[in-house]
Amino acid sequence: MTTTEAPPAEIGRPRTRKEDQHLITGHSTFTDSMVLPGMVHLAMVRSPLAHATITSIDTTAARKAPGVVGVWTGRDFPEQGGLACAWPITPDMKSPVHLPVPTDTVNHVGEIVAVIAARTKAEAVDAVELVDVQYSELPVVTDLAAARDGSAPVIHGDLGTNVSATWVFDSGAAGTGGDASAAIEAARSDPDQIVVERTFRQQRLIPAYMEPRSTVCDPNGAGDQITIWSATQIPHILRTMLTLSQGIPEGKLRIIAPDVGGGFGGKLEVTPEEVATIMVARQLGKPAKYTETRSETMMAAHHGRDQIQHLTMSARKDGTITGFDVDLTANMGAYLALVGPGVPILGAFMYNAIYKIPAYRFSCTNVFTNEVMTDAYRGAGRPEATFAIERMMDELATELGMDPIEVRRRNWIRHEEFPFTTVAGLTYDSGNYEEATDKALRHFGYDDLRAEQQRRRESGDRIQLGIGTSTFTEMCGLAPSRVLGSLSYGAGGWEAASIRMLPTGVVEVVTGISPHGQGHVTGFSQIVADRLGVPFENVKILHGDTNISAKGLDTYGSRSLAVGGIAVVKAADKVIAKAKTIAAHLLEASEDDIDFAHGSFTVRGTESSVTIGDIALATFTGHNLPDGVESSLDSEAVFDPENFSFPHGTHLCAAEVDTETGKVTIRKYVAVDDVGVVINPLLVDGQVHGGLAQGIAQALYEEAQYSADGQLTSGTFVDYLVPSAVDLPDYITDKTITPSTSNPLGVKGVGEAGTIASTPAVVNAVLDAVRQFGVADIPMPMTPARVWQAIQDGSTAAGSNSSSTGGAA
Amino acid sequence: MIPASFDYTAPTTLADALAALAQGGDDAKILAGGQSLLPVLKLRMAAPGLLIDLGKIDELRGVRMEGDTIVVGAMTTHHDVIADPLVREHLSLLAKTTEQVADAQVRYRGTLGGALAHADPAGDLGAVAVALDAQMRIAGPNGSRSVPASQFFTDYFTTALAENEILTGIAFDSFAGWGAHYEKFHTVSQAWSTVAVAAAVLVAGGTVTAARVALTNMGPTPIRARGVEAALIDGPASDDAVRAAALAATQGTAPVDDATAPAAYRSHLAQVLTGRAVLAAAG
Amino acid sequence: MAKITVAVDGTTYQDEVEPRMLLVQYLREKVGKTGTLVGCDTSNCGACTVLFDGVSVKSCSVLAVQADGHEVTTIEGLAGINGELHPVQQAFHDKHALQCGYCTPGMIMRSVSLLKENPHPTEAEIREGLNGNLCRCTGYQNIVAAVQQAADALATAGGAR
Repeated sequence: MTTTEAPPAEIGRPRTRKEDQHLITGHSTFTDSMVLPGMVHLAMVRSPLAHATITSIDTTAARKAPGVVGVWTGRDFPEQGGLACAWPITPDMKSPVHLPVPTDTVNHVGEIVAVIAARTKAEAVDAVELVDVQYSELPVVTDLAAARDGSAPVIHGDLGTNVSATWVFDSGAAGTGGDASAAIEAARSDPDQIVVERTFRQQRLIPAYMEPRSTVCDPNGAGDQITIWSATQIPHILRTMLTLSQGIPEGKLRIIAPDVGGGFGGKLEVTPEEVATIMVARQLGKPAKYTETRSETMMAAHHGRDQIQHLTMSARKDGTITGFDVDLTANMGAYLALVGPGVPILGAFMYNAIYKIPAYRFSCTNVFTNEVMTDAYRGAGRPEATFAIERMMDELATELGMDPIEVRRRNWIRHEEFPFTTVAGLTYDSGNYEEATDKALRHFGYDDLRAEQQRRRESGDRIQLGIGTSTFTEMCGLAPSRVLGSLSYGAGGWEAASIRMLPTGVVEVVTGISPHGQGHVTGFSQIVADRLGVPFENVKILHGDTNISAKGLDTYGSRSLAVGGIAVVKAADKVIAKAKTIAAHLLEASEDDIDFAHGSFTVRGTESSVTIGDIALATFTGHNLPDGVESSLDSEAVFDPENFSFPHGTHLCAAEVDTETGKVTIRKYVAVDDVGVVINPLLVDGQVHGGLAQGIAQALYEEAQYSADGQLTSGTFVDYLVPSAVDLPDYITDKTITPSTSNPLGVKGVGEAGTIASTPAVVNAVLDAVRQFGVADIPMPMTPARVWQAIQDGSTAAGSNSSSTGGAA
Repeated sequence: MIPASFDYTAPTTLADALAALAQGGDDAKILAGGQSLLPVLKLRMAAPGLLIDLGKIDELRGVRMEGDTIVVGAMTTHHDVIADPLVREHLSLLAKTTEQVADAQVRYRGTLGGALAHADPAGDLGAVAVALDAQMRIAGPNGSRSVPASQFFTDYFTTALAENEILTGIAFDSFAGWGAHYEKFHTVSQAWSTVAVAAAVLVAGGTVTAARVALTNMGPTPIRARGVEAALIDGPASDDAVRAAALAATQGTAPVDDATAPAAYRSHLAQVLTGRAVLAAAG
Repeated sequence: MAKITVAVDGTTYQDEVEPRMLLVQYLREKVGKTGTLVGCDTSNCGACTVLFDGVSVKSCSVLAVQADGHEVTTIEGLAGINGELHPVQQAFHDKHALQCGYCTPGMIMRSVSLLKENPHPTEAEIREGLNGNLCRCTGYQNIVAAVQQAADALATAGGAR
């Protein structure tokens, strides 16, 4: 060992971001800011109707309009292929053809019926009004339940049904637990058990990333290269899917995700707009740009959530759960989005959450409506699952007259029980729910708030206080390829990385993830700096261009660190292994006697050492290398995780309800999250804060609403209520650190945790405040009007709520 | 995001603006601060052929005393209204309400006259004009006229302004010494008022001696809550008395029933918020 | 077309513009100030906020012709000539007050204006003062902290900037 003092570890440091400089000075590279010589601008003619046959399109006037260089209807794109759904959840899943520019029928408001290219954006937009489209209206379906039970008209006649697929998991059949139906039936006649049945509505949400989507396509690259800049989370998947769905040879496609202004799953899509832009650019032989307006984003980009959850739980009267049945109806919208059908299925493994549930059944029926597609939105299936179980835990506590935290304690997996194989068949590698909960309770001042709650109740205060709990876990770090394969997902879940050791000491790291705000450039720099013992500043992270990062599966599902970061570690380890051979040669020692630490190779027991930078230079010159060793330290690695990572935590919310107006104000919010080893606490806190904001917004503010005729009535930020700084509380965040045992860094995902955990915490808090008035449930978002109405209606049941105690009780 | 094409003129005198308006006819639209008009144009919900920008007409800006009357130029921005010493002294309700209009950026551009002429029933300032019995000063081709605020607002987004007329100023009596409060209720801070209440009261020795109350978004136009005022006057400024008086807030209202709020809820809010507004105004 | 003269970030520009051209389009498309971004079409998001004669406005809700004879400062004109960050920019970096960076130009410009109006805002005043700007990434907590840091820094610097 050398005696030189080790530099401070990078991992764990609150490093400020390398990403910030150009963003805070206005030198950003968002797609819409791109201008290419000769570029045309596109505008879309979109359907104003939710379901109709296109009977005629007259483009004559538009073609003659000033500056217009072309107008295309669906029939003018004979080359267009149907957009592919990559997740056929069952072999018999029904999937309608989804043309980027439909030729005959429109199935939701906002579908593209014609594309205009003009010299300027203004000229293109002006010409939109000149396209005369005649429609013949068809019946519109917006009711999920009617779509499922067959009482609504069939949207896609060739499919013969509005049901796309039904996916079932039964722990009895899977051998991971008992028969839930039998357990619940038994409970109904057992005087020592209770059965709680509830129906919850997961409202439709709009991801509402701040940057509207934008695509630029240059069809004229050297060697027939087609270069596409797009505001996407998934440049690699976009490339592959464009080949598979549109028949463009993959080798011709270069996809670049420049600065991308947020995604939250909303930019995990291969979009009609991207394909239309590419088709126009190729037909014209000129670069083309399309940037949507916010109204178009709201109307035409995919939405999230939108499920009916019917839940049945049986438990012993001491609070021990004996069975849980989940029956979902999930709204796919008019077509199946890229991974839309699988989003609710991702939740299937999470309804049992942190609890030891002996028997579990999950069934999800995906249905079509004349609404825009649903697909990933922050959490994707897991917020829905967490909401359901955490609401049910509070319902169970209420039915039994127990403290909600105590009910959870009686059911959760204890820290000494890990690794724990759940009733859904997953193995949770680590966790400590007791510690996180105890810490959260301390920050929260639980007992004091309960006492205040009691005082307010007794005095009949206008402001009532409620306390909501959410003890959650999630599966993230998508994903073990074998698991994805077993779920019929159309791709793997590995991630790639490569490292290039430049002669001047710079370490270039190429990653297959595609960050769009998360701070991976900074976090990965810290990982590499520690691993290779090089300065943080010397590490350069490259991403988001398929010509630079040829291999990758991009950023979603809290996978970037837990999968992509580990690929980087593996690549770094390969660099070290290669360098060690050369170090031994240069130090004239046996490789077995070489130690590597803090960037230096040392001959054990001597002062003799050489740095990894020295070796990089040595491979650059190639003057003195061992025989048969290539003149490079560069490496590539692909990491396929064996397991998901399972972040967990306890969130506590104190909400004040103004009983006169129904207005909810969050008084205190505590989030104690366990995301394993923390690479950068600044980034982790940022992810948690943003996640909390979105989860709270689902509970209180946001809802995409359609009228019965399929018009989106929340189509701008005037009606779709994204909270501003005034509408959100100050969050108290803290951590427990239980390292993941499934990866060498001990890390877990963090991007979705806040969103997943917070919604039920808020809803439970509001209900806790108003249950005293006979309120059983309030649909989300819990707007003042709804809260007030619920208080008035005191006796209204929770959805189709029917709870019964078993037997003679 | 891109408005349809229009012609633009920015006259420097009121006379020129009126001439341009006369010439433009019903295809012309007045541009004041633009904070409501430009979004409408961007969404192409309107496509006037000519915009007449009043921004360069100095005589329409600023606050001045005319005898006992305070006149706010129609083109005075919200920001300038809030900061104006005359407004703060004599029209505390106007200042306090304007502080709650939209956001800071909008308040730097948006104008009192523009907001009133736009006549959005959910807009905040109409209730102030109605509560304080403002006189709306209007210029037209045949000279000037003055219309009381109660008659200025005629329907949703509709006022007594003729096509060839321009709102030039808003004249108020002094309410110096009155307590004032604007109780705004909305789901998120960016949302328009679900319901809001503007209240100004004079209290002497614990008794309400004068009261002005008006409601935002309880009908197609701002509504003066005269029933509440009558119930308040000569009564104690106590919690119970004020809340009892506030029950009259629903008289003569016609709230919309929409996704944000059922009509019955708005009516309830009108009563609750009226109580709160008056109590806060009474200090 | 209308002829306008506008000073943007210290440079005077003369242009012929369509009356319908919004100030933000003028800045992005004519002047090349692509640091100013567009996030909505209803004047809600505030991403396009710039300083107009020194005060914050939403440049999507101002016509380019209305800027004739006026001075505009964008995010690109905020740092010193040597690239020295404005205290608000520095604070956004220090406090991790941005993630994707799309709301950031508007958020920073509004914060600059806010601190001119109120050099020592409380947390509540900061939140109220930023209510015309939406951020989807940060949950606002670190933005509030950044404005607090910038307020302190500006106070220490004697309000020199």
